[in-house]
Amino acid sequence: MTTFQSPHLGYDLIWPLLLVLGAACVGIVVEAFVPRAWRYVTQVLLTLTTLAVAFGGTIFVATGLDSRGHGAAHGAVVAEGSVAIDGPAVFAWGLLLIVAFFGVLLFAERHLDGGVSAFSGQAAVLPGTDAERRVGERGLEHTEVYPLLLFAVGGMLLFAAANDLLTLFVALEVLSLPLYLLTGLARRRRLLSQEAAMKYFLLGAFSSGFLLYGIALVYGYAGTVRFGGIADAIANTSGQRGLLLAGIGLLSVGLLFKVGAVPFQAWTPDVYQGAPTPVTAFMAAGTKVAAFVAMLRLFSVAFGGERWTWLPMLWAIALLTMVIGAVLAVAQTDVKRMLAYSSIAHTGFVLTGILGTGASLGDDQIGATQAVLFYLVTYGLMTLGAFAVLTLVRDAAGESGELRGWAGLARTSPVVAAVFSLFLLSLAGLPFTAGFTGKWVVFASAMSGGAWPVVVAAVLTSAMAAFFYIRVIVLMYFSEPVAGGPAVAVPSILTSATIAVTAVATVVLGVVPGPVLDLAAHAGDFIR
Amino acid sequence: MLALIIGLPLLGAVVLLPGGGLVDRWASRWGHWLGVATVATSFVLGLVVFLGFVGDPVGDYPFHEYGWTAQHLWTFLEVGDVKVGADLYADHLSILFVLLITGVGSLIHLYSVGYMEHDDRRRRFFGYLNLFVAAMLLLVLGGNYLMLFLGWEGVGLASYLLIGFWQHKHSAALAARKAFVMNRVGDMGLLLAMFLMIVHFGNLNFSNVLGQVAGYSDAVGGPPSETTVTLIGLALLLAACGKSAQVPLQAWLLDAMEGPTPVSALIHAATMVTAGVYLIVRSGAIFEAAPVAQTAVIVVAVVTLLWGAVLGCAKDDIKKALAGSTMSQIGYMMLGAGLGPVGAAFAIFHLVTHGFFKANMFLGAGSVMHGMDDDVDMRHYGALRKMLPVTFLTFAMGYLAIIGFPGFSGFWSKDKIIETAFGYSPLVGALAMLGAGITGFYMTRLMLLTFFTDKRWQDGVHPHESPRVMTIPLMVLAALSVLGGLMLAGGWITDWLRPVVGEAHHEELPMPAYVITLLVFVTVAVGVATAWFTVGERFVPRKAPADVAWPVKAARADLYGDAINDVLVVQPTMRLAEGLMVFDKAVIDGVVMGQAAATVGGSLQLRRIQNGFVRSYALSVLGGGLLVVLALLVVNI
Repeated sequence: MTTFQSPHLGYDLIWPLLLVLGAACVGIVVEAFVPRAWRYVTQVLLTLTTLAVAFGGTIFVATGLDSRGHGAAHGAVVAEGSVAIDGPAVFAWGLLLIVAFFGVLLFAERHLDGGVSAFSGQAAVLPGTDAERRVGERGLEHTEVYPLLLFAVGGMLLFAAANDLLTLFVALEVLSLPLYLLTGLARRRRLLSQEAAMKYFLLGAFSSGFLLYGIALVYGYAGTVRFGGIADAIANTSGQRGLLLAGIGLLSVGLLFKVGAVPFQAWTPDVYQGAPTPVTAFMAAGTKVAAFVAMLRLFSVAFGGERWTWLPMLWAIALLTMVIGAVLAVAQTDVKRMLAYSSIAHTGFVLTGILGTGASLGDDQIGATQAVLFYLVTYGLMTLGAFAVLTLVRDAAGESGELRGWAGLARTSPVVAAVFSLFLLSLAGLPFTAGFTGKWVVFASAMSGGAWPVVVAAVLTSAMAAFFYIRVIVLMYFSEPVAGGPAVAVPSILTSATIAVTAVATVVLGVVPGPVLDLAAHAGDFIR
Repeated sequence: MLALIIGLPLLGAVVLLPGGGLVDRWASRWGHWLGVATVATSFVLGLVVFLGFVGDPVGDYPFHEYGWTAQHLWTFLEVGDVKVGADLYADHLSILFVLLITGVGSLIHLYSVGYMEHDDRRRRFFGYLNLFVAAMLLLVLGGNYLMLFLGWEGVGLASYLLIGFWQHKHSAALAARKAFVMNRVGDMGLLLAMFLMIVHFGNLNFSNVLGQVAGYSDAVGGPPSETTVTLIGLALLLAACGKSAQVPLQAWLLDAMEGPTPVSALIHAATMVTAGVYLIVRSGAIFEAAPVAQTAVIVVAVVTLLWGAVLGCAKDDIKKALAGSTMSQIGYMMLGAGLGPVGAAFAIFHLVTHGFFKANMFLGAGSVMHGMDDDVDMRHYGALRKMLPVTFLTFAMGYLAIIGFPGFSGFWSKDKIIETAFGYSPLVGALAMLGAGITGFYMTRLMLLTFFTDKRWQDGVHPHESPRVMTIPLMVLAALSVLGGLMLAGGWITDWLRPVVGEAHHEELPMPAYVITLLVFVTVAVGVATAWFTVGERFVPRKAPADVAWPVKAARADLYGDAINDVLVVQPTMRLAEGLMVFDKAVIDGVVMGQAAATVGGSLQLRRIQNGFVRSYALSVLGGGLLVVLALLVVNI
């Protein structure tokens, strides 16, 4: 007689993740039962507290991990093998929770647009109708965005820790669906926003199809969805290789779509531009962190044995992504759109770091995981900061990303111009900023993997990319202000704090990157 | 303690320099006194350290366990195996410099309170002076070549700022730039020397580098080759030439007289320009081990001491005449420094006495200018001894010291150097003696033109004595000019410096020492007499006569120093730069702009892909996916 065995979940390790998802559910209850006047405060406090506690919990879990393993990889596979809590996972968790925390601060900003947030009052009403006007007069706003964000964060946390293909897919959907919704909730330029949401959803669903089909093929090859089991199957060379190869290809498509690599990048500019800027900031930073960690885990744990199959493909895609992203950014006339293209180019740089996977390293050389994790820290923080600054420059129609309007901004708002310049220089990768250190570690990683042609191209691309970043600085500092151009709104402490923290981090990570690099090194490798 | 000695003037500079209306109103009343106080306090601290050294026994050369204090502040930089700390280090040599810098510095600060009284930017002036003192102290107290270099650059900067202090005068701005640029050439030498040291010794600490050169401590890769040491020595010499205005980098010093007179006294006579001598003496072990470099030092020194002396004869500008004399006297010091341990001690001795009497005379010149409405042309002076009695008397003390009148400080110090030079080679000795004769001539000429002969004042000038705050420093410096020779009493200076420069081994002199002394005295007397008969006894025109012999013309044109630089360096550099400009425009810009244009063009084409239709996007995803899968299959099966 078979008795029911309750699955071992390992609550002591995954509770930060469960906390975030649980708080998201509580947030929905809040929406239903708390009076409208109190919802904003309740939701913001609930979300921030949850994220802070989860962050503390992550640190607690991370310190507890060390005793379980030995050597480079440490951690445990829990939830019946479907979730791996190891060094890279908790590192990604910490980073995601920090990004989400500041994302919430940007979400909650109400000073910039006459006392309301950046989100639509009632997403259901048609743009340009009387109903919309009435919603505006009543000062309604969507406070559902906070639970949505928490769901997305929960999905991201799971995505970074997923240890089998099905969990990977579920996590991907959990993180994506709220983001589709959030994208369509902009208060200003609603048509653009809704169009972006629609595109994002359609293309996202399309790419999920690829991912699922890839999962099916790999299952067909290995007979299991566990990463470890797939690796064993590859080691034993059982099954039909064609299935595996096609599976790897389709899985890559799904994941590369999420990080916005060429040729799967087409959604990025439209969605980044259409989404409310706080969402863009959170999405750009958070999705990339989660997706890259998931990708690293999948490729190094499950497909590690087939390294020389997929590495050349990544070489090509990294190259294409950097070049196309940088070249297209040159022609942009909108700052937000330019940053979207720049994020594509940055995806290429992170991919460069992955090229070092599995390379044999000397004592003081930087591993691919460490390089990518560090790059994600720098990229996440400076992207958050740059988009946060973007929310400040406004004209009558809301945020004004039109490049021409930024001329001479340094005359009227020297502080904003200086901070934005800092972020731009960091994105361009100038020394003594976080961007430089980040680029340096991923290039070092790629070199140790023998990918020097890609590194050469990457360095050249960086030079090209510097053009469009510095063009904005030149415009802000050396041009006459245009009449009737946008003005800088004074934000509340929420946005100011976000900008201040990310700016300081950008400088600190550029000048003394040591501690964070050590932390990333301490995260070690993925476990199986 | 050492950090405090440097820190106080630095603090003064930090307080005094930032602008802003508030600080201006707040600090203009007492700012200058703060400047004086910080330097004077540093002097007292330096004195305490000095007295601590006095009781110590004299030990062995070079760096050993006694008679110096060191302070490690923090690790300045750590790259690979090279580790350089922010170390301070005081020994018998540096503490003498500390006392000279802060002592003479305090007096000059005090004097400046009066001299700059009517300048609106007096607060700023004192800020710069404090900055200079701090940098100079860092230069002499640095425990390794990098710290020395920081001070070295610091004094270069302060010197630039102070020469150009009256920047509204075009000539001052130009002079400041010239000084800065020429100093940079020398700095390059110091940098090269440091690079070589890092390569060959893996270290910049005085104790390690010098110890390895002298064979006292084990070198990492065996003892350094003589070529290496020679190269380092020559690079150091280049550095010293720049800072100490030695031929061929001498041309900036005379122009530097555009700065306010206290600046000329402190920086361009008593302290900064002696930094080169400090560098050579400090690195004595390197020159001991590299005879070629040592000979180069002596050649440079002898050429400079004659060059400067000749310039001093032809200048009518009182400050430029003194500047020429400074150049010449530093030549003597370099000569001493190049003559090995025994000469090095006398070089420092002469450096200190020169610091006293030259500061005295520069300040005296400033006092004269103060009374003559800032006129510097000696042809407009004459018979001032009655009008400016204190200035005259103190100046006379300096005068007697510099020409080496028996009993005065300069007599002892210069005589010793010439004597040592004779021990090295009769030719060098004779040339040094000739220099002394010329010194007698030009100093007497200066003295006569200024204080004796007939009145040649411009209309409306009413000479008057300077205020007490200016004359007191003059009196103190005059007393020191007279008594400075006491340092030689009982061979004190050589004993004191023995731990730093090493044991002196006496050369056999070609003739008894008293004969040399006598010869020098006679030569000087001839020089003085010549001046008396050619200047004192004749009518002095108020305008310099134009129909003069070519040597005078050459000397008036700084011996064509500028022309030589122009032909040898400036013109070729300009040609090269122009050529490079053309290359840059045509080739590099062409490539860059072409690429940029291509990028923009490509960008404009590529953006058409981003047409906004979701169906196209989906198509690109599909196409990309097919491509990826097909590529994987084709390549791997």
